[in-house]
Amino acid sequence: MSGPLLEIRDIVTSFTTERGWVRAVDGVSFEVAAGKTVGLVGESGCGKTVTAMSIVDLLPKPSGHVLEGEILFKGHDLRKVKEKRMREVRGGEIGVIFQEPMAALNPVHRIGRQLVEAIRLHKKVSARTALEEAVEWLEKVGIPAPERRVSEYPHQLSGGMRQRVMIAIALCCHPDLIIADEPTTALDVTVQAQILDLLGTMRGEMGTAVLLITHDLGVIAEQCDEVVVMYAGRIVERAPVKDLFANPRHAYTRGLLGSIPRLDSERKSVLQTIPGQVASIQDFTQGCRFCQRMERKGKWEHQRPPYIELTPDHWVEGCELCMEEGHGS
Amino acid sequence: MGAEMNTEEIPLLEVEELKMHFPVRGGVFMKQVGAVKAVDGVSLSIRKGETLGLVGESGCGKSTLGKALVRLLKPTAGRIRFMGRDITTMSQFGLRPLRQDFQMVFQDPAESLDSRMSVGEIISEPLVIQKMGNRVQRQERVAELLDRVGMPRAAAQKFSFEFSGGQRQRIGIARALAVNPDLLILDEPVSALDVSVQAQVLNLLLELQRDLGLSYLFIAHDLGVVKHMSDRVAVMYLGKLVEVASADAIYEDPRHAYTKALLSAIPVPDPTVKREKVILEGDVPSPIDPPAGSAFGDRMNHPRYEETVGMDLGLREIAPDHLVARDLCCLSEEDWKKVE
Repeated sequence: MSGPLLEIRDIVTSFTTERGWVRAVDGVSFEVAAGKTVGLVGESGCGKTVTAMSIVDLLPKPSGHVLEGEILFKGHDLRKVKEKRMREVRGGEIGVIFQEPMAALNPVHRIGRQLVEAIRLHKKVSARTALEEAVEWLEKVGIPAPERRVSEYPHQLSGGMRQRVMIAIALCCHPDLIIADEPTTALDVTVQAQILDLLGTMRGEMGTAVLLITHDLGVIAEQCDEVVVMYAGRIVERAPVKDLFANPRHAYTRGLLGSIPRLDSERKSVLQTIPGQVASIQDFTQGCRFCQRMERKGKWEHQRPPYIELTPDHWVEGCELCMEEGHGS
Repeated sequence: MGAEMNTEEIPLLEVEELKMHFPVRGGVFMKQVGAVKAVDGVSLSIRKGETLGLVGESGCGKSTLGKALVRLLKPTAGRIRFMGRDITTMSQFGLRPLRQDFQMVFQDPAESLDSRMSVGEIISEPLVIQKMGNRVQRQERVAELLDRVGMPRAAAQKFSFEFSGGQRQRIGIARALAVNPDLLILDEPVSALDVSVQAQVLNLLLELQRDLGLSYLFIAHDLGVVKHMSDRVAVMYLGKLVEVASADAIYEDPRHAYTKALLSAIPVPDPTVKREKVILEGDVPSPIDPPAGSAFGDRMNHPRYEETVGMDLGLREIAPDHLVARDLCCLSEEDWKKVE
């Protein structure tokens, strides 16, 4: 296979609301290469989850739709495939891990049955073999006493254990790509460390690519090869992880990095903040949305700034005001 | 906080061996069958003008401790002294005048602000309860408080749900400040906020402390935020404090195994840093029937756990102003010799 595993080109996802159409994702393009981990970061409402759910066609229906663009997975546009093929891809070739495992697991079915269901949907094996495989998977993701746990219900497990089960379900068909939507946000730090460690090990063993959605820049720094920063439905910056942290070019990325208290920063010093707030989705301008927040007028007030490659693999939304401000300070 | 050095001898708030147990009932007659030992023998003090950070994972009892300190809960045992006065068993009526001195800010401003009251009514409610000022004076005070927390004065006529999360938290802070308290209990005040907004609220809290000389108990699970805000930090595990020291000492020279594990688990927002991580096994144990000995030793399956059963695991001073639990499972050999 030539080209990246997943290539997203200019997708637009919109929702019908009482107040008309809104574009939650407005022309987003990025790639995930085989075996790599790409982080999708941004604040709540920036469209990161909608972007991910657009890929696997898990948008809330009937209000959500991908209106434009291409989602090329292994070279084929997922927007054009039939629902039957989509089902094979979803869960089979692309696994999904959600933020709240209690909401994603079925509370009235045993863990084992849910794993068996996932395995048998994508592989022709007997129920018995599938159950044996399920136990193996539980063991692989570090669940103690898997023979016993396999016949328990989700509520009998702790939050960290449930997320392990979700990971087992996502991995059991050996997918090429995993979409993990805030997989550790609901967990405590010590449990988060366990889960990230597990994901890292699995990634290493199976060579799975990961699209990791998070708002935690610490998780991004530790886990990802590449980072995509979203703001108000668009990508403002995209770069290899070290490049992004060392040399952020867009004012929003700089603001985001500056506003986290670090363990090595001076205590009680004034933190950098981003003035104003994100405009409501109905009021999004066609022009530069970060300038809209900063109440700035300029060349890109009404027109969308171009997405430009500043240095190899380092892309930025090219509004001069946002880049200059970032550079000057 | 150099200016407060001379008053440091009399802590603003002092707690000794505080316990907060909740009964677990079961069986046909709903008899008490056990107890959730949410807070199990905590001693600490908050000095005037300082911020004491309180960290721990969910279920460790940090929020319960915060509520018990300001007597929103009635402690099962122990003693709480506020400016030298014993408030442990004071009635809610007797506490009312003292409530001017300590106020609380909650985690979720959407839930802690009444959606049927205007912002002005919310902020002035403590003044009404404390019978402070007349109507006009209270309105002036609301306007002053809104200025103070960086909100437009026109907000007073609106409802809290018309505002964003960060603005709602500002309203919650304005309400807490209305009666001019000395101490604020901040229970996860920024956990529900996005990072850029979180920074705005943290800056506001620091500014208020500087200008008004407030003391804070800052409860949070985000260790980066706690370090940024605190002078001293207390680490809590399963209802007990395991380490209390200056913020710098906790982060640079942690002595307790749990503090070390907790610190190593935080992802550092710097891709060039590669750290050795302590990956813990298992989950935070339940505070119902906690282990008899060292709780963290039990989680780590420490070979000498049995020896800690029945042992006094209270805090000891291991270095000046650096307290650590006297727990042989969780200390280095050298440190254990110092406290044995």
